[in-house]
Amino acid sequence: MQSFTLILVLLVLTVVGFRLGRGRAVSVVGGETRKLHSLPSYYGMYVALWCGIPAFLMLGLWLAFQDTILTQMTLASLPDTALVGPDGERMSDSRIGLLLNDIRNTAQGNIASASTEIVREAAAYYNSLKATGGWLLTVVVLALAVGGAGWAWKRVSPDLRARNGVELAVKVFMVICSTIAIFTTIGIILSLLFESLRFFSKVPVTEFLFGTHWSPQISLRADQVGSSGSFGAIPLFAGTFLISAIAMAVAVPIGLLSAIYMAEYAPRKVRGIVKPMLEILAGIPTVVYGFFAALTVAPFFRDSGQLFGLSISSESALAAGLVMGIMIIPFVSSLSDDVITAVPNAMREGSYGLGATHSETIKRVVLPAALPGIVGGILLAVSRAIGETMIVVMAAGLAANLTANPFEAVTTVTVQIVTLLVGDQEFDSPKTLAAFALGLVLFTITLVLNVIALRVVRKYREQYE
Amino acid sequence: MASPNPNAYDPAAAAAAEGTAVSTRTRTTADIVNAGLKGRYRAEKRFRMYGVIAIAAALMMVTTLFVSIVSKGYTAFAITSISLPVTVERDLVANAEGEITDRSIAFANYAAPLRAALEAQFPEVESRSERRALYEILSDGASFQLQRMIEENPDLIGREFTMTSPVSSDFDVLNKGQIDLTVPENMRRVSDAQAGWFEALQERGLIETTFNTNLFTNGDSRQPELAGIWGAVVGSFYTLMVTLLLSFPIGVAAAVYLEEFAPKNKWTDLIEVNINNLAAVPSIVFGLLGLAVFLQVFGLPRSAPVVGGLVLTLMTLPTIIIASRAALKSVPPSIREAALGVGASKLQMITHHVLPLAMPGMLTGTIIGMAQALGETAPLLMIGMVAFVVDIPGGPMDPATVLPVQIYLWADSPERAFVAKTSAAIMVLLAFLVFMNAAAVLLRKKFERRW
Repeated sequence: MQSFTLILVLLVLTVVGFRLGRGRAVSVVGGETRKLHSLPSYYGMYVALWCGIPAFLMLGLWLAFQDTILTQMTLASLPDTALVGPDGERMSDSRIGLLLNDIRNTAQGNIASASTEIVREAAAYYNSLKATGGWLLTVVVLALAVGGAGWAWKRVSPDLRARNGVELAVKVFMVICSTIAIFTTIGIILSLLFESLRFFSKVPVTEFLFGTHWSPQISLRADQVGSSGSFGAIPLFAGTFLISAIAMAVAVPIGLLSAIYMAEYAPRKVRGIVKPMLEILAGIPTVVYGFFAALTVAPFFRDSGQLFGLSISSESALAAGLVMGIMIIPFVSSLSDDVITAVPNAMREGSYGLGATHSETIKRVVLPAALPGIVGGILLAVSRAIGETMIVVMAAGLAANLTANPFEAVTTVTVQIVTLLVGDQEFDSPKTLAAFALGLVLFTITLVLNVIALRVVRKYREQYE
Repeated sequence: MASPNPNAYDPAAAAAAEGTAVSTRTRTTADIVNAGLKGRYRAEKRFRMYGVIAIAAALMMVTTLFVSIVSKGYTAFAITSISLPVTVERDLVANAEGEITDRSIAFANYAAPLRAALEAQFPEVESRSERRALYEILSDGASFQLQRMIEENPDLIGREFTMTSPVSSDFDVLNKGQIDLTVPENMRRVSDAQAGWFEALQERGLIETTFNTNLFTNGDSRQPELAGIWGAVVGSFYTLMVTLLLSFPIGVAAAVYLEEFAPKNKWTDLIEVNINNLAAVPSIVFGLLGLAVFLQVFGLPRSAPVVGGLVLTLMTLPTIIIASRAALKSVPPSIREAALGVGASKLQMITHHVLPLAMPGMLTGTIIGMAQALGETAPLLMIGMVAFVVDIPGGPMDPATVLPVQIYLWADSPERAFVAKTSAAIMVLLAFLVFMNAAAVLLRKKFERRW
């Protein structure tokens, strides 16, 4: 909470800086503000920025690195004997991590498991370092704020181009904001690649991509039954493909036909009612669909299967795929609706003039003209189906079956990512790292689909505009 | 499309019957067209029908979804409680010296007087196993409730008073008529004896059904009758606040830069491609990013709304940037030129004129982005917001869960009563979403200007 008070104090100082800077600008020219280069409030902002930015940067840097610095210092202060394990060897990194965790917990006053004398001493040292650091930070940050404001305040004169300075700062802020998208992409690629490479150093790429057996259990003991974790991802890809295919088989006909009806036939009134109703489907959170699939649709299929003597798993790919299809309908229909209405009327009228009926015009003229856009929309929908998580996590199975039977349970890439990463895991076991390798595959596939889809859509648009 | 159906055309048949004209007059184009007309009209009708069927199917699915959720969940808004005359004896709460202190009150065994109160209703129940079955009627939370009552009002000690507390979830379900007593006894969670006692209690007027306030005031719990969504709502609130505070300024600034300042070059092209792609990246990948970067590299706490907010910010930024750019584009250039013409700097033109005019559009986009963020689950699972959190989070750094994750957790719980709870939580979540989307629509209707 100390940093919270500090932030408040800094905000107050910034406001004070604004008033002082503005006041000085006015008083320097004796109230004749037209002699100033900029409007008086720009001088205020100039001083406020000089007061706030360096101080907040300092504060941010400290908060980001405080933990690392303090931990390293505490670690360095520990006597060598503390780092020797019971077997007389130096502790491994993970054991040191556990020790540090213990120290941190003790320092925060949480009851740590059997804290030893060394841990308690280290915790006290950690706390004293933290307190000193906190005071040092307060002093430095306040000095920066007051110093920056004072320097800027002294510079206030009629010739100071305060507005340009302020505008430069705003512009720099905007440029930084606009690059966040790039940094996010880089962050995604780097983190996925980095962890995947660590995974592939333990499991060969070829086994991962072409292996047909997936059972990511890692043994605790060497002689355990079923100890060899195997990471052949083909069953996952097959399961993802099966569920997505079922979803598309539901979504494409319904979405496309309703889009055609809406764009070509429906009276304005019907359109006004039905379109928002379909858009409701797009706004429902996926966890709701998951619940619907797991507790309504799947039991319904299982029971009706029993009626016909079919054995349908209660985690069947059919239920997950059907509900995923429902989720994707508005996606397909709104994208198709857009491209169909974008087809120029002249083409329709030409077709009518030749004597074609409405449906013939649609099938022979409008749809071929709109096809690239529709294909693009469907590709986007496929990428959405592949990346969809909650429906399959809740309604699809966990066991990796290599089957094309929609009545059986299959698992998908996203399900496995979630099951591998939820819960307490060692971060460097192949089991957790496998999730990142799956994530990399997922990211690559959806990226390729999106790029193709966007290119197809864009190319098509250029034809008519 | 013309179906080759020679019988469809009456005039041709008539001509053939006449027999004279056939040799001289071959079939004209009009004849061929007319021959096919009926089939073509049928095809037209059929095609139209397909469209209607498709829409009907889609609407039926929407209806099924809502009906199934509402019909499963409406019972969770009511709760069954039992009123029992309870006496907490002085001996029970006194310590070894016979004094009553705060400490002795805190450590007393409050289950005993409640059990005694239940036994008093059924003096005929004798055996141990029967008594244990009888105790199951009361919720596990009842003794905590009694403790709280005594702590707040020590005058109650030694007197008989009536305490109303929820019954355990199995009996709540029984009271709502969702347990079929014709099923063999070992196949259901309530035995015949228990059902009989419960009926007797009902006849004595001790059982009543009230509005379930627990659902809206409590945090999560393993006992369905005590579990509530308030903890998750507060967690969602903190997460969304972090998301809003970060994504709105950043999104608007990025949109303004890209729309008003950025030169058209490779670099800005790259930014645009990136934004468009990020909008279509599966949400779970953002969760992996959050896990690898925010938790592993920066060492931020697991399960904290701050991290959830950061991840959701990255996810919603593309939505907000795209909407904000559209809003900026819709401001006509004449406004800009007029501002520049009277001597405003470019930034003054933007802050004084363009931004206020584009603000409704930007806000609409932001609300829609926030609604997406509110419903998002998968990335939050990755950063550990699936923890079982009983306490109401006190700030954005505390461990918390959010509403959709709470729904996911409850949907996985085996107890029958959690199905209704889950549906009720879904209804609350949908209510929030409807509210937000309605606000966005209103905002657009009210402030949208056509230039």
